[in-house]
Amino acid sequence: MQQLIGDLMRTFDLAQSPLRELNEELHRQTDGSNQPQWEIVNPRGGHAIAVGLDAPVKVDIRGSVGYYCAGMNKKASVTVHGSAGPGVAENMMSGRVVIKGDASQYAGATGRGGLLVIEGNASSRCGISMKGIDIVVKGNIGHMSAFMAQSGHLVVLGDAGDALGDSIYEAQLFVRGKVKSLGADCIEKEMRPEHQEALTKLLADAGIKDAKASEFRRYGSARKLYNFNIDNADAY
Amino acid sequence: MSPKIPLTTPRPSATFDDYTLSEIRRAASTGIYDIRGGGAKRRVPHFDDLLFLGASVSRYPLEGYRERCSTSVTLGTRFAKKPIELKIPITIAGMSFGALSANAKEALGRGASLAGTSTTTGDGGMTPEERGQSKTLVYQYLPSRYGMNPDDLRKADAIEVVVGQGAKPGGGGMLLGQKISDRVAEMRNLPKGIDQRSACRHPDWTGPDDLEIKILEIREITDWQKPIYVKVGGTRPYYDIALAVKAGADVIVLDGMQGGTAATQEVFIENVGLPTLACIRPAVQALQDLGMHRKVQLIVSGGIRNGADVAKALALGADAVAIGMAALVALGDNDPALDAEYAKIGTKAGCYDDWHEGRDPAGITTQDPELSKRLDPVRAGRRLANYLKVMTLEVQTIARAAGHNNIHNLEPEDLCALTIEAAAMARVPLAGTSWIPGVTGSGGF
Repeated sequence: MQQLIGDLMRTFDLAQSPLRELNEELHRQTDGSNQPQWEIVNPRGGHAIAVGLDAPVKVDIRGSVGYYCAGMNKKASVTVHGSAGPGVAENMMSGRVVIKGDASQYAGATGRGGLLVIEGNASSRCGISMKGIDIVVKGNIGHMSAFMAQSGHLVVLGDAGDALGDSIYEAQLFVRGKVKSLGADCIEKEMRPEHQEALTKLLADAGIKDAKASEFRRYGSARKLYNFNIDNADAY
Repeated sequence: MSPKIPLTTPRPSATFDDYTLSEIRRAASTGIYDIRGGGAKRRVPHFDDLLFLGASVSRYPLEGYRERCSTSVTLGTRFAKKPIELKIPITIAGMSFGALSANAKEALGRGASLAGTSTTTGDGGMTPEERGQSKTLVYQYLPSRYGMNPDDLRKADAIEVVVGQGAKPGGGGMLLGQKISDRVAEMRNLPKGIDQRSACRHPDWTGPDDLEIKILEIREITDWQKPIYVKVGGTRPYYDIALAVKAGADVIVLDGMQGGTAATQEVFIENVGLPTLACIRPAVQALQDLGMHRKVQLIVSGGIRNGADVAKALALGADAVAIGMAALVALGDNDPALDAEYAKIGTKAGCYDDWHEGRDPAGITTQDPELSKRLDPVRAGRRLANYLKVMTLEVQTIARAAGHNNIHNLEPEDLCALTIEAAAMARVPLAGTSWIPGVTGSGGF
């Protein structure tokens, strides 16, 4: 059952109506949509909720979600008022996705744009293969995060697990806490003014007021594995 | 004067043959494993080891030019709202822009469209040339996700989730620096000129249970419109196909070890995976055991060269086939007319496989603008269409001779095998016997 609350907010109950109907409704929204706000109740850990959105709508999901919530998001602003399963905001193109709780593996995987904010912790492989997305995690992140990360920024206010940035390309990583270990070809790099500036903007965009750019360290690619060299074989 | 002692004839080793010796010297000199394109070159049991029985007294044939023998196939009938209708069951396999020039991709699209079949993107995203010239385009969803975006996903006619390929099951993509031009680098979001080795597993799922959820997500993004294929390399076909069906595939693409790649280690291509012939029956068995044969369509690839190969794959239970290497040859790859130029780069027509170096004189496996210009996409597309039509006529010829008015009515009972190995793999009798090794008893005629 869908219910109209006021003129702007539409509530969709996933306990009453199927997922397919929800996503089809959301896909019908356009840039000039007169239905800019959506509330999804009873997500019950379901998969593929609010995927493939392509309009500047605001979606609030009341509860925790399963795999691939907000996958391939474009333009929309999606907030999960709970925790998210694996692959949240995977391949996001633009827009904003906020997770109030924790996120499971592969958060923001292959994302190409937009901002993903995780207010809790993120599990392993956060930002894997990221291609332009910005990810801000208030808590800690798990092992193998930013694996093969191509571009974009990963900001971590807490600690990072093992093998951060393994086989990284040109993504920039900023960590405030401890890094358990760096992966192959990932090194600590100098924090120059342009990095401070970019980080300050990212923190502001994520609505974070209790952290300063100067408290972070920057990590990125040593670019030693970009072209194959047999003497580097041990690093692979 | 001592009697002359006769010398023995110099005897090359069968184990250390010329190629093996040259590879040892190459490895010792460079310190890097050999990389090349194409599929397995070693001899393995193949469709050549099967024969059709034809019709006689016990079955009557159809008239060659007067009685209809249909060739069309519909793919993606299980869940997709818009299944794909093809006039012929021979599709063009996934090959990337990056591995191939933009002109080559356009030519594949043109040829496929003229012949009434589909073509497929590759590990580099969808180019406008390719989309524009392909009536039916399958968009690959690969571990690298280079260029992946929801707009192209919706522009596609079908989506192929690539788990593996026959040349390198368990291996990731490779595109070396020579071919990472500005355009390729931009589409893949990579620095220009690096050696790009993409991942062998998808970044956001592992295993069949996750795959089921990934397929659900893609279906939801595309509103259940598009058929979703799952492509696997030939490894454990019975189980892989059963799991792909369970995960919700509409169509399964099964690629044997003769299937080509743009670039992978020679040791991988020649030593990992199953011959195409050995893959088909276990795959069909899995579909039959699940009651899904013909409901989930099976596309077989890897070493398909002519209408006889197509007919044999269909007879063993495939719904369609895909060609890669053969399509490139039809466009003009490895043409003897270019032999002088092949000689300059240390090879010869028919053997050229260093596609990763991007020096293809035919202008196909290159990003060099001057070389790329050599391929006229209109003319090459026409050549491909001609070739596809010839293959289709050949399949019809065989099907009619076996008494079928639809090429999909070809069946294992139309076949026999020339070798015990092929009989065992294809599960058809050794020629002149009723013996199917591993199926029937120890002999019998």
